Amino acid sequence: MADIKKIATRESYGNALVELGREHADLVVLDADLAGATKTSTFKKEFPDRHFDCGIAEGNMMAVAAGIASMGMVPFASTFAMFAAGRAFEQVRNSIGYPHLNVKIGATHGGISVGEDGASHQCCEDFALMRSIPGMTVICPADDVEARAAVKAAYEFEGPVYLRFGRSGVPVFHDEDYKFEIGKGEVLQDGNDIAIIATGLMVCEAMKAGEELRAEGINARVINMATIKPLDEELVLKAAEECGKIVTCEEHSIIGGLGEAVSALLSEKLPTPVRRIGVNDEFGHSGPAADLLKDFGLSAENIVATVKAWL
Amino acid sequence: MTASEKKELKKIACKVRMGIIEGTHAAKSGHPGGSLSAADMYTYLYFKEMNIDPENPKCPDRDRFVLSKGHTAPGLYSVLAQRGFFPVEELKTLRHIGSRLQGHPNMNETPGVDMSTGSLGQGVSAAAGMALAAKKQGKDLRVYTLLGDGEIEEGQVWEAMMFAHHYELDNLCVIVDNNDLQIDGRIADVIDPYPIPEKFKAFGLHVEEIDGHDFDQIEAALNSAKGTKGVPTAIIMKTLKGKGVSFMEDQAGWHGKAPNDEQYEQAMAELGKQLEEVEAM
Repeated sequence: MADIKKIATRESYGNALVELGREHADLVVLDADLAGATKTSTFKKEFPDRHFDCGIAEGNMMAVAAGIASMGMVPFASTFAMFAAGRAFEQVRNSIGYPHLNVKIGATHGGISVGEDGASHQCCEDFALMRSIPGMTVICPADDVEARAAVKAAYEFEGPVYLRFGRSGVPVFHDEDYKFEIGKGEVLQDGNDIAIIATGLMVCEAMKAGEELRAEGINARVINMATIKPLDEELVLKAAEECGKIVTCEEHSIIGGLGEAVSALLSEKLPTPVRRIGVNDEFGHSGPAADLLKDFGLSAENIVATVKAWL
Repeated sequence: MTASEKKELKKIACKVRMGIIEGTHAAKSGHPGGSLSAADMYTYLYFKEMNIDPENPKCPDRDRFVLSKGHTAPGLYSVLAQRGFFPVEELKTLRHIGSRLQGHPNMNETPGVDMSTGSLGQGVSAAAGMALAAKKQGKDLRVYTLLGDGEIEEGQVWEAMMFAHHYELDNLCVIVDNNDLQIDGRIADVIDPYPIPEKFKAFGLHVEEIDGHDFDQIEAALNSAKGTKGVPTAIIMKTLKGKGVSFMEDQAGWHGKAPNDEQYEQAMAELGKQLEEVEAM
């Protein structure tokens, strides 16, 4: 896949906002002094009168977004995942989640691949935090095509949505005609020996791992689970039934994310062994994104090793 | 305001206070002190100032009110009931299981409630968002928000003020209920937020300082706010916590405590007497 075009999903976010902005006058964008990094600056350039910088005040931004949504407009509130889900958690919970307001949270720079900025900015807890809010939809797209489609789906969806995007470029593997649906996973490779369920930038790694395993005679089912909540239960249960073993892969703590969501579902409805690949209850550190991902085992290599050691 | 209008407002304010006592007594919990201190402002807003319609509580062009100090919901519910958004009798269901009157305001359950609040410092931001959206939508409506004087200890209040000033939200009116008490005692003893008017002035707001129990001053300040262009207005109103019920007045202990049966009888008797006095005026 080395020759495949790479695009960071935060770029996709900015571009999708512009496309949506052209069609929908009720869409407004908020940012917290990070418009250049979150790529909402792309929207600001074309729609300066619908882009509101809130300054370095994320809690205020989230509650402002709630007020805007209560007036019938559709705000996309943007900052880094650390501040959207972390710092402003309680504003998201009480002012957006509790009244179930139609706010879209565009959280960029999620996960360890933030890179050089280090642990303070490497949010590996956002799925856990956002999943815990009743009625919150949580989406982590895997590539440019899916990210743009997810932004558009979030706009069309009525209710609060948390969208997590990445800082670093990731391979674009979906075709432009890919149909994204909130709450539906996607089977990328078929197989019945084991199922690998991944989200975000780990989807590509899972696909690579799937190909390597096939070369060694192991047929893995590779699933892209872009929507972490609500989880596509039907797809997970089917994979559990037909494959019998599941590996989850996410650029997030193994606590509270996709792995736990899958494990919780299976333990109640169809007990199936699960191995979670993610960040193991530790903070990140500075370094180039690619090296960090390897260090933390967020790689095709580690997926292959995990599967082979298990089967 | 004519003398008869003022008399009518005073009568309603007495009834609003009685509703606060009814609600918190029936709930055996809740926040009477800060509800009573703001009762006159609630009354003026809902009976004179705001463009609202109890028959059409979700009318898109209505004025908005955000109770940023959401714990004084008994006051908001009482004035909404008096204004006809729901039956006064319903106040007795406050905080009960199945009631539309939650401990803190819920915009999806209670007719007339424009924003769910309760966590201090957030409502004022939501109000700023509403004011911004109204401007973008070309709606000529106003947004009012009521804060506690303890609440302004929350840093988010000042984030909201920076935002409201930056975006020139002159359709936003921020009202601070300066009853001088918070749960742990005098605000100056807990963590001193004084001087309050100077702080709002420093953030660029137009500031009015009034006696929050004087309808003439309330009217003048709200009119001044409407006439102010380019910046939001902050009305700092000096009030008496627990106003109208002798044993609750200026007592931090009545911030979040319900009257027992005996206290209920006394409070209702005192308020009933005040109502008679107004009617005899």
